[in-house]
Formats: sequence, C-alpha cells, structure tokens
Amino acid sequence: MSEHKFVRTEMLPEQTPPVSEVGVIGWMRANLFSGWFNSILTILSLLFIYYILSGVVPWTFQSVWNAGSLDECRQIMKATWGETHGHACWAVIKDRWLQLLYGFYPPYPYAPGATVGLPPSDAWLPSYFRPNLALVLLFVALSPVLFSNVSRKLLIVSAAYPFLMPWLMWGGSLWVPVSAALGFVILFAILKYGPSVMGSLVSVIVAVLAALAWWMVLSGYVTPVLADLMPIGLPEVQSRQFGGFMLAVLLGVVAIGLSLPIGVVLALGRQSDLLIVKSLCVGFIETIRGVPLITLLFVASVLLNYFLPPGTDFDIIVRVMIMVTIFASAYNAEVVRGGLAALPKGQYEGADSLGLNYWQAQRLIIMPQALKIAIPGIVSTFIGVFKDTTLVSIIGLLDPIGLSQGIRSNAEWNGIYWELFAFIAVLFFIFCFGMSRYSMWLERKLQTGHR
Amino acid sequence: MKKSVILGALTVAGLSAGAAAAATLDDVKDRGKLNCGVTTGLVGFAAPDANGEWQGFDVGVCRAVAAAVLGDPSAVEFVPTTGKTRFTALASGEIDMLARNTTWTLSRDVDLKNEFVGINYYDGQGFMVPKALGVSSAKELSGATVCIQTGTTTELNLADFFRANDMEYEPVPIETNAEGQQQYLAGACDTYTTDASGLAATRATFENPGDHVILPEIISKEPLGPLVRHGDQPWGDIVRWTLNALIAAEEFGITSANVEDMASNGTDKPEVNRILGVEGTLGEMLGLEADWAVKAIAAGGNYGELFEKHIGEKTPVGLARGLNAQWKDGGLMYSPPFR
Repeated sequence: MSEHKFVRTEMLPEQTPPVSEVGVIGWMRANLFSGWFNSILTILSLLFIYYILSGVVPWTFQSVWNAGSLDECRQIMKATWGETHGHACWAVIKDRWLQLLYGFYPPYPYAPGATVGLPPSDAWLPSYFRPNLALVLLFVALSPVLFSNVSRKLLIVSAAYPFLMPWLMWGGSLWVPVSAALGFVILFAILKYGPSVMGSLVSVIVAVLAALAWWMVLSGYVTPVLADLMPIGLPEVQSRQFGGFMLAVLLGVVAIGLSLPIGVVLALGRQSDLLIVKSLCVGFIETIRGVPLITLLFVASVLLNYFLPPGTDFDIIVRVMIMVTIFASAYNAEVVRGGLAALPKGQYEGADSLGLNYWQAQRLIIMPQALKIAIPGIVSTFIGVFKDTTLVSIIGLLDPIGLSQGIRSNAEWNGIYWELFAFIAVLFFIFCFGMSRYSMWLERKLQTGHR
Repeated sequence: MKKSVILGALTVAGLSAGAAAAATLDDVKDRGKLNCGVTTGLVGFAAPDANGEWQGFDVGVCRAVAAAVLGDPSAVEFVPTTGKTRFTALASGEIDMLARNTTWTLSRDVDLKNEFVGINYYDGQGFMVPKALGVSSAKELSGATVCIQTGTTTELNLADFFRANDMEYEPVPIETNAEGQQQYLAGACDTYTTDASGLAATRATFENPGDHVILPEIISKEPLGPLVRHGDQPWGDIVRWTLNALIAAEEFGITSANVEDMASNGTDKPEVNRILGVEGTLGEMLGLEADWAVKAIAAGGNYGELFEKHIGEKTPVGLARGLNAQWKDGGLMYSPPFR
C-alpha cells in the first residue's frame, strides 16, 4: 500500500467565472436563451416589439406640430416625407390642449370674455389659477394621509380641502363653504363634550339634530347676513363650463375620496349581527353592483329630471358625482369585506379578550389589518372608477372623450382620430400608473412578515 | 311591452313637465339666457371652436332666437345633448329649445310630446362607396357590408331599403361618425351610410376625396328642424317665426349687412317693412320687441348666409343648396307670409 497521497498544499488562485456565465452574456443566457424553446420565444418577442415600435415611434416623432388644420398637416407631411401615412398630426393637440385639459372653464373667471391668448389688462394671476390651485392643494391635502413622514400639521389642509375645493372650482360666496364646515364643527363639538353632560346616546342624537338644524335652517339665515357684512367671494363658474380632464379628475377625486369611508361602513354593516342594518347594506351593495354604471348615469341625467319638480336646478355634475360615488362605494364595500374575511377569527376574539368595545376593536385591531390586505383591491377599484368617469361623455358632459368628438366636429380637425385618443390615454396613464405605484409602495411598507 | 311602458312613463312625465313650465318666454327673460340643446358635435351644424364658442348651422338658429327674445345673440347657454338624452332634456325643462339635426317624425312629434316648429335642413340618407368598387347605384349593393350607426333612424331606413329591393346586406354597427370614418377607410365595410350632409362632410376630410363617390340614391326623407316641448304655443310661435324670418329674409334680400339700414330707413316693400317692424305690430303679437327680426337677422345673417357660412359650397362640408334652396330657385324653403 503506498503511503502517497496527492495533497494540494496551496490554494489555487481564484479564477474569473467563465464569460458565458456572468455579465451581459450570462444574464442573457440565464434569462433569455436558457433553452431552445425559450430562445425561440425570446426572438419572437423581440421581433414583435420591433414591429410595434417601428410603427409607433416614427408615427409619434416624425410628426407635425405646427398646422392650423388636418389638411395643412397633410400638406406638410407630403412635403416633408412624401406620404401622409404613418405620421402623427400633433397640431390638433397644440391647438386644443387647454380645452382638453379644462373644457370651457374660463381662464379668468372675473373677466368672462378673456382668453389665454388675450388676458384681461389687469390680470395678475395666471390663467386657470383656480383649478390649478385646487389640484396643487389636493396633493398637499393628500400628503399627510398618504405618507407618514409628512408633518401632521398638514392634516388641517386635508380637513379644510373638502370645503375649499368646491369654493375654488365653482366660486360664489366664501361663507357658503364656511357655514357648511361650521355644521361639522357643531357636530364634533357636541360629540366630544356632550357625553360628560348628557350621556353618550343623547349627545349623539343632539349632535346630529343640531348639525341638521344648522345646515337646513339656520345657515340659510346666517350666510346671507355674513355675505352682506363681509362680501368675500369668487366669481361663479357654471357647471356647464366644466369639462376636459379637469372634469375627469374632479369626478374621480370626489368618488375616490368619499367611496372608501362609505365602503368601509357598508362592509361593516354587511358583517353586522343587526338584522336591519345588515339587510340594508346587503340590499344597497347588491343593487348597485348589479347595475351598470352607465345605467346609473342615465338615471342621474335623465330620470331624475322627471322625478324632480320642473325648474329644479339640481346640478348635473353633482348628480353624476353622487352616482359615481355610490357605485364605487358598493365595489369598495365588497373589497373591504374580502379583507375582513381574510382575518383569522382569533383577531376578533383577541380584541374581545382585551375588553375593547366594537368601535375600538375595529379601529385598533381589525381595520388596520383588513385594509392592508385589501389595498390592491381598493386601489384597483379606484383606478377603475377613475377611468369609468369617461362614461359621462354618453350623457353629454364634455369630458376628454366627449370633447374629442366636439373637436373632431370642427371643419379643421374633422377626420383626426388617433392623436386625440393617444393624448387622452397618456393623461389617464399618468394618473393610473401613479396610483398603482403608490399602492405597491404602500404594500411593501406595511408588510410585517406574514410570509 | 317594455317599450310602451317606457314611452308611457315619458308621456305622463312629459305632460306634467310641459304643463307646469308653461311660460317659457318669461323664464328665458328672467334668466337672461336661452338654454339651447345642441349636438355634442357635428361638422357644420354645431361644434365648439378653440375658444369654446359654439359655431355651426344649428347654433345659428339658437343665436337668432336668443337675439330675437333677449336682443343678444351671445345670451345662449349651449347644452350638449346626445341622441339618447335630447328629448328628455327638452321634456324636463333643462333646455328651452332643441336645435340638434333632429328628424321630424310623427312619433317624435306626437308620442314624445314635442312640437317641431319648422325645417331648417332637408336631408336624406345616402351611401358612400370607394370608387374602386365600381358601383354606380345603391341597387347594386346586394350582399355588401354596410357601416351603420346604431340607434338612429338611418338603421331602420337601411333595413327598409334593402328589404324593398329584395337585397341582402351585412351590417357593421358603429357608435359615432368618427368611428364610421375609420371603419370605412380601414375597409371594414364596403359602404358607409348616413345622412347625405354627413357623408359629404366625411368625404371632405379624406385624403383623396376623389377616390370615393356618394351614390345618387337618397333612400329616406330626413327633414331636420328645431323643436320645443308641447304645451307652450306662444314659445313655439316665437321659435317658428324666428326661423321663418331668417328664411323670408333671404327671399326678400335682407342680409346681416343691410338689415340695420333697411330697418332705419324703411323700404318700399310692405312685407319687408312688416318683418323689420317698421310697419305693423307683428313683434307685439309674439310678445317681443318690434325689431325682434332685425336682431335675429343681424345675429348671424339670413338663412342663406348661415348656410353659406357653415355648410355651403365654400366650406369644407361643401353642400349644394339642392332641396334647401328658396322655393323661387326650385327648393323647398318657403316661409308663410308675414302679415
């Protein structure tokens, strides 16, 4: 038996990995060409992407921006590229982008005849100041709700925004939104300080009655007096002048903002043990979910006109807002119920064993978990509602889709098609993609390690 | 069954709405604005321009009525309506009048409780085909695929025409005119059918209009006119006679350029003087100022001027007067006498 063994005495120097396993080539081998089948798929996909881009990119970028009409566009295309096929005529967007964004909203509401190109001589605010400010304030108001590292003091803006926004958009006396807000102040003040004086149930009843009395009766006397004493107000803008992407955002924001709380309440009602509450919630959710949104919009635009006494001026946009909101609420209620159903029974029992009452348990234990589970579904509903706002074009409101038809009906732009839809698609994509990314970020942030 | 229930409900509601909102003229004067229903957009007839101002042939009628009633052609609130919402908007009082290329039919007049006050455009349904198809008559279209807007009278006319001629066709349903253009140009259908005015406007937007022909057959009568709701005859009279004043103005050579001059100096034609309020009390009978027609004509011109400006042969729409010429020129435009 030989005693010889080959034993290496020194370590081999580290070698660089083979070229085919690292870097770009390695990545491609691992991800794109890891077998004959995948290689074929990769090549087919690349060919497909090339085919799409070879049409879309020249169309988008070899395009005409400066022209007064579709005919002029075509002449320029013929002069430049020899053919009109495969080139976009973005001149229509350049001509009408303000209309597509704001509809007929006056750029300077205090000077009715003024246009962006022809501002009034005393204009010191930029055009479309009011809707733009409303949009900026929307993001300010949302920031403390959406991001936990933003100063809590901004919550004041969030609380004021529901009253500030309509005033900015529609104008009128400042005292109308102030008195509407005062009703809520009365409500919460009695709810907070009432129980020590008269017991909790009585104070709830008194608070609701007092707030209703303020809104229905008293504010009707107080507001005009205040408006006389201190006439602060903005020039009014009629709902008929609202349009374009602004209208879509307005409807979307109102529907999204109101539908989540209503949806949560409906979901809780559906899980409730109280028979009447439960049947009401189930009935509402199933009825609204069982009806297409377009039907509800027709009810808002057409049928309500018959039920209301003639001459009643019930704002069409408010009617549509209500319909879109209840539609979104019904869907949100079911999404939230899904979140509630996913919670193990132990969570409810745990809350009970801690001696929490129903609302404390919901607020501290159930809802934070249920809503976290439901985030993708909720945001998905939001995105769906936002896009559904384009349906209002069918009842004659001039949202971007409705306006695109109006623009096409001008002799200059008749026959133009894809450019308008492409522009509208980009606008919607920005908002919807933003919502989607936020929800993914929120999910990651709230992930506490269930998996 | 279902349809009759809906129509019945509309009828009852329409009746009550009409009865309750009787004095439209007073409402309009109190409001200081005329609420006029128009289409959401149809080339030449109504469309918002880059400044949001509504322009078009139907819009011109609205402005003339506003000028006659309120003295200001810009005192109009244009309410865009779709084919589905137009009649309810009128019946419910949301709009005071509808000038939305609406075909005058018996059921719309009687059953839906509307009152058509006249006709401002005689249209008819036609066919457009590519020249390459080699078709010269609609009778040769047997077996063709046809692009057709759903929910309109054109759909019913098409079925009637093909059945009467014992031909077959395959419909390609579309929702809007713009979609129809795209489908037709993409070759999804052999022929596109809609009102002849719409076909002309559509063809004018094509890159090579010469490659497409509009066939000579007109298969339906589409008299388009403004309408008001039942139950307020005085208001209907105002809209009717404003339209008649525009038509008569063309007949007597009153234009937006010379109307002020004629009204202040008077003319030697008695009927012109009566229209312009120089003689007689026609305005008073309507409950309007004596110079109501002067303002209506000055607003956008007489019927012929409106036609030339918005849909005439010099515009991209390029429609010939045809049936819409004055009766003296062999057309159907014929205003009853102002007396």
